Amino acid sequence: MSNQPIANPLQPQSVAEACATCPAHSRANLLRLGVDMTDWDYVVALAGNPNTGKSTVFNALTGLRQHTGNWPGKTVTRAEGGFQFGGQRYKIVDLPGTYSLLATSVDEEVARDFILFGQPDVTVIVVDATRLERNLNLVLQVLEITERAVVCLNLIDEAKRHKLEVDERRLARDLGVPVVPTAARQRQGLQELLQAIDDVATGRTVCRPHRLKVQSDKLSYALDRLAREIQAAYPQLSNARWVALRLLDGDEAIADALRRGDLGDLNRAVAAEHAQNIIPLVEVAS
Amino acid sequence: MSAQTEQRENIIKLADQLRWEVGQGFHEQLMEDLYTDAARLADRAVTRPDSKERFDLDRTIDRLVTSRVWGFPMMILLFALVFWITITGANVPSGFLSSILIDQLHPILKGAAASIGMSAFLSGLLFDGMYLATAWVISVMLPPMAIFFPLFTLLEDFGYLPRVAFNLDNIFKKSGAHGKQALSMMMGFGCNAAGVVATRVIDSPRERLIAIITNNFALCNGRWPTQILIATVFIGALVPPALAGLVSALAVVGIAVLGVLLTFAASWTLSHTILRGEVSTFSLELPPYRPPRVWQTIYTSMIDRTMYVLWRAVVFALPAGAIIWLSANVSIGGVSVAEHLINFLNPVGILIGLNGVILLAYIVAIPANEIVIPTVLMLTVLVTGTSSQGAGAGVMFEIDSNTTLLNLLHAGGWTLLTAINLMLFSLIHNPCSTTIYTIYKETGSLKWTAVAALSPLALGLIVTFVVAQVWRLFGG
Repeated sequence: MSNQPIANPLQPQSVAEACATCPAHSRANLLRLGVDMTDWDYVVALAGNPNTGKSTVFNALTGLRQHTGNWPGKTVTRAEGGFQFGGQRYKIVDLPGTYSLLATSVDEEVARDFILFGQPDVTVIVVDATRLERNLNLVLQVLEITERAVVCLNLIDEAKRHKLEVDERRLARDLGVPVVPTAARQRQGLQELLQAIDDVATGRTVCRPHRLKVQSDKLSYALDRLAREIQAAYPQLSNARWVALRLLDGDEAIADALRRGDLGDLNRAVAAEHAQNIIPLVEVAS
Repeated sequence: MSAQTEQRENIIKLADQLRWEVGQGFHEQLMEDLYTDAARLADRAVTRPDSKERFDLDRTIDRLVTSRVWGFPMMILLFALVFWITITGANVPSGFLSSILIDQLHPILKGAAASIGMSAFLSGLLFDGMYLATAWVISVMLPPMAIFFPLFTLLEDFGYLPRVAFNLDNIFKKSGAHGKQALSMMMGFGCNAAGVVATRVIDSPRERLIAIITNNFALCNGRWPTQILIATVFIGALVPPALAGLVSALAVVGIAVLGVLLTFAASWTLSHTILRGEVSTFSLELPPYRPPRVWQTIYTSMIDRTMYVLWRAVVFALPAGAIIWLSANVSIGGVSVAEHLINFLNPVGILIGLNGVILLAYIVAIPANEIVIPTVLMLTVLVTGTSSQGAGAGVMFEIDSNTTLLNLLHAGGWTLLTAINLMLFSLIHNPCSTTIYTIYKETGSLKWTAVAALSPLALGLIVTFVVAQVWRLFGG
């Protein structure tokens, strides 16, 4: 049939097709799907400290207008929306803002459980560039749980206003995950953020997240020993050390998950079909 | 026990055993390591300006708005300003909307119904009942909301609300409640159901219950219009026209402040009786001030709040309009159902300085406080028989100015006491059914839901009763 071009990704048959597969085209073609979350390919979780602009990022990506406000603790339930980028359909979940994932209150539990059991393909951690140190506490905790993360270095405009310079490339190297500076209120950096999400979701970027350095020898020994046992029981698990940490801390929810066997789902190895075109954008320096 | 189960149980046993070996300071040690790592990484990535900034605007503003001396006066002044703009700004568009929807469109609809031979009953039900109730809701509520919500949202976007929480925190603690209750109360000023959900930021169940039960004292969206309208018509009329806007604004602020005081009092009472316990500490972050995005804020507050509340009001006004019209036009023994009910409620109503019409309106308005005023007006027209403008029983007629409204309510036997007690009762009564349902979902307890629903109602009846007795004693 002459009017049916032969599918060949290397040699597109028409201009329209060439455009549709060109990265530049899809980058300029974020499709905000609002509450339409049907047939998603990937799930993205938005985590972060309170009042860092998670809801603003969420709205900018989905085209929804979830109420945003300049005060901590605005989102206590999770909101969900959808968008399409680079030919992939994403479901995005806005989690309540928390300072930690130790699950001491309902909102922390909601956030933690989603990252843990909701199996997001990418966890975007929105951080306040003007308060990096405190925000990194949460980032490090998230990176203990999942290795598929992107740090959205938000409020970069305010950091500039306060004459703070954040070296995002150094941070990315240290953290082992992509770091994208954004000013979500002004819609700056969102394309780059989307690209980073896309790269992590599809496995083009492989993260090698920073893992917490434990100072105490006794603790380090206990962790290693417990983690080894957990790894033996769940060979697929990527965050055995974190599970060990939580068990040592007496976290009943994690102990229950272990008993039920839910932990096995926590890890989803990078899809094998992407293995050939992996570009290690991020390398751990130390 | 399968081998797998055994392996898992062994892991948990090992964890329990290792926990003993690691010892007490485990958690703190871990947090310390976490903080050390975070500090090191942040330090490597961030370059700070060498010279200290000469002048920090955020800090200067903070010092002023959270000052012990100026914090509260500035708060009250700011909210008074917001209401003053709302009240003075809403008059003109309100009149405009009612002249279009009620004076012009209503006769056209009635005429059209007659010309296609619609029965008088159906035309009355549809246009005198459902349409007019809805038209009233829109013309009374839309203008103040369209001004108030964007202003409030601008304050929120700017970052003022956490400062209010900061100012109130100390009093909440002294009341034996959690300081974060200030935040859920702030949400309650928008919508109590949202405020109840917002109490999730409070960790301790005891303090969370206090926050849930007292959230109703934060004047919500559905009740602001009632307050604003009654204050404009009655309180504003007491002073010369030049001062009317300001004085009615202060009256509304007074009611809102009373709500806050009641929140403290109720929290104190609860935490010293049925919900005794320790006060937990927490840190409250004061976010940086951000220049509000004016147009975006106006747009989102119109969609999020104004349209949301209006839509809810319209949805409830349609059936309520039908019910009121029917109750006014279906008679038992020569007297309409509505009049039966009003006469039945009148003794209680009069006793607490209100009347049967208002009480009936509050029963009709359990699903949504938004329709209290339209219901009151429809019923008042019915009772006073003010149908000189060609409308039938239970029909609202044109109310083109506050004076007409005042005259109508005077004809319905209203006094200044009625107005004040209505404002009080609007603040202190049971939450709307949505909020009650939300409380049930959040607490999972029928007992606490009942406490949260019935205790404000009881308090409202007591307060209005006392005010009425004192007022009458001193010859009001």
